[in-house]
Amino acid sequence: MEIYFDNSATTKCSQGVMELMQKAFLEDYGNPSSLHQKGMEAENYIRQARARIAKTLKVQEKELIFTSGGTEADNLAVIGAAMANRRFGKHLITTKIEHPAVAAPMHFLEEQGFEVTWLDVDRQGRICLKQLEEALRPDTILVSIMYVNNEIGTLEPVEEAARIVKEKNPRALFHTDAIQAYGKYQIYPGRMGIDLLSASGHKIHGPKGVGFLYKREKVKLSPILFGGGHQWGMRSGTENVPGIAGLGQAAMEAYEDLLGKQEHLLKLREHFLQGLEGVEWAHVNGSLSQEEGAYHIVSVSFDKVRSEVLLHALEERGIYVSAGSACSSNKPAVSETLKNIGLDQAHLGSTLRFSFSIYNTQEEVDRCIKALKELVPVLARYTRH
Amino acid sequence: MFQAFLIKYGEIGIKGKNRHLFEDALMQQIKYALKPVEGEFKVSKEQGRVYVEALSEFDYEEAVASLERVFGIVGICPAVLLEDQGFDKLCQDVVSYLDACYPDKHKTFKVHARRARKDYPMESMEINAKLGEKILQAFPEMKVDVHEPEILLNIEIRQKINLYSQVIPGPGGMPVGTSGKGMLLLSGGIDSPVAGYMIAKRGVKIDAVYFHAPPYTSERAKQKVVDLAKLVARYSGPIYLKVVNFTDIQLYIYEKCPHEELTIIMRRYMMKIAEHFARETGSMGLITGESIGQVASQTMQSLAATNEVCTMPVYRPLIGFDKQEIIDVAERIGTYETSILPYEDCCTIFVAKHPVTKPNLKMIRRSEQKLAEKIDEMVQAAIETAETIIVRE
Repeated sequence: MEIYFDNSATTKCSQGVMELMQKAFLEDYGNPSSLHQKGMEAENYIRQARARIAKTLKVQEKELIFTSGGTEADNLAVIGAAMANRRFGKHLITTKIEHPAVAAPMHFLEEQGFEVTWLDVDRQGRICLKQLEEALRPDTILVSIMYVNNEIGTLEPVEEAARIVKEKNPRALFHTDAIQAYGKYQIYPGRMGIDLLSASGHKIHGPKGVGFLYKREKVKLSPILFGGGHQWGMRSGTENVPGIAGLGQAAMEAYEDLLGKQEHLLKLREHFLQGLEGVEWAHVNGSLSQEEGAYHIVSVSFDKVRSEVLLHALEERGIYVSAGSACSSNKPAVSETLKNIGLDQAHLGSTLRFSFSIYNTQEEVDRCIKALKELVPVLARYTRH
Repeated sequence: MFQAFLIKYGEIGIKGKNRHLFEDALMQQIKYALKPVEGEFKVSKEQGRVYVEALSEFDYEEAVASLERVFGIVGICPAVLLEDQGFDKLCQDVVSYLDACYPDKHKTFKVHARRARKDYPMESMEINAKLGEKILQAFPEMKVDVHEPEILLNIEIRQKINLYSQVIPGPGGMPVGTSGKGMLLLSGGIDSPVAGYMIAKRGVKIDAVYFHAPPYTSERAKQKVVDLAKLVARYSGPIYLKVVNFTDIQLYIYEKCPHEELTIIMRRYMMKIAEHFARETGSMGLITGESIGQVASQTMQSLAATNEVCTMPVYRPLIGFDKQEIIDVAERIGTYETSILPYEDCCTIFVAKHPVTKPNLKMIRRSEQKLAEKIDEMVQAAIETAETIIVRE
């Protein structure tokens, strides 16, 4: 029996999502822009998805822009906001532990003459609100702070950060990359002062290749894709109808009995952390507290064991986890997040991420802990000198 | 426009009585290479020539690209085949051929006619002169140069008249299958695929062995080796790839022997296992990508130490190559991009900080005695559990 603890990389599709998508692929395959009946049927899938997602965030339907996934949503938010508001200033603020989907467009903007302030994080991966306050300037046009860090699961103080931004510079936009948080936490952008929020389908048991950006109604954004002017000109291109339908379904399912799900995940995490205490050489990164650490991500460094080796050893027992962040794990690049929380050189290459979903069980956690207890001491014996 | 290729081969031509064997092997390799190409082809041999004739519409670029990978071919001449309908018609056809092939007419040329069919009413020299005249009439910008022409227009009078003027260089070498079989130690790095390519180029059929060390090396590393074998197979034909699980042996050596000697001892066991498979499957030698001094395990001393366990010859075609020279070949044959994918191979995972560069054979043997208890058993197990993958393009 395989144990999948890599749910922050991607998740399996839910049955309901799959069934709805299959219908959209095989039966209601029209182009939502077509004038005929087939087109309207397809459009209805998008309307329904919009309504379902809007409800989870308590936002208006027209405030949602569907994209090809989290990366595009982040790019649209960062580049789109900078381009549309550059006449008010050219200063941007973000953190040093953002996902590359935010960090890379920020670097791109730096090359285009924008100035970016990169906020530090502490050992737990949390930003310092005071540093944010000091960094804000009259010419700051965008602040982007992730909701949950994808590598170590730190929950950033997004609500407080947004409040500080709005107090000091009401014109600056506040974006949050909520790709690891949407579907796991109750997020209300309206009352939290969030202007832009990115989310992705495949992290919440929806399909890959689809995501959305929430954009507060009055917020000005330049599109980054040009063409037929779909979605109010914000994102040209025929809508990915089955994907969007799947995303809507997944969002709805994620927020059904959210409290029950949260509790389940929290129990898994607690159980896992307890078990880890009995594993030699293991240290948990990020915060252990419930307020500061997401309940579905645990980052662990194992002294003396290279993460890739332990990953494959776990794989041999049918347990799937991730080394650092899966999006960059094909190249053995050093993780920015781990570096920035002050992890020393030796631990950078020996960190694994375990990420849980509601489909995981306590028994699976037990089996994983048992495997770690057996493998880590053995692997620690054979190391490079 | 072209309906045929005239295949030029170099070294095969000098093989005396064996010549037909080489030609047959070449034809077979050409047929194999053209199999995936869109179109139907006939490959034939006629008076010291190998022809590829298209029997249907075909994809010209694809066909040329495939032929460019057949060892033994020195030149590929795309040819136009004409029915003999009298000399005047021939002149017309030649003029329109030149018009189509050379948009820029400011070129020097020479007509080179040959009569394989001696009943043709004109002699070669006469054909050259008369055709040249017609060409000059049609394209006054062109000039004759009989010493170093830019266009050498070949007219061969056979059953049909063959017309060709371009020669696309082939890879050279000898047709695969004419020089026996060798066992390549394939790692996943830059060198070993190039070594395989170079030996295959001399007409050798290739099998390969890869040492897999899960969980220290990943499934992706293994996939990468299969991908590399596939790229080499585009030249060498199908490769039987043995995947040997080497983890236990490696850990056992790690436990028992001095760490600086790990790589050398490990390589000695790799050679032994490779040689076993080579014997079992009829290979006559081992092939490695080693080059003197490139790493600690490739100094003269280290090579001598690893070589010592083999009784078969070990072919090291890259032995005198610099890294950049190897990379150049890897880029040309298309293996470089895959080779540099960053998956760890089993030679690097336990590498010592200061491995021995001048191993002393006596000491190595003494260290190996510490393995006596279990190593034979482990080697046997590794051989028995090896997986065979048939890799084709």
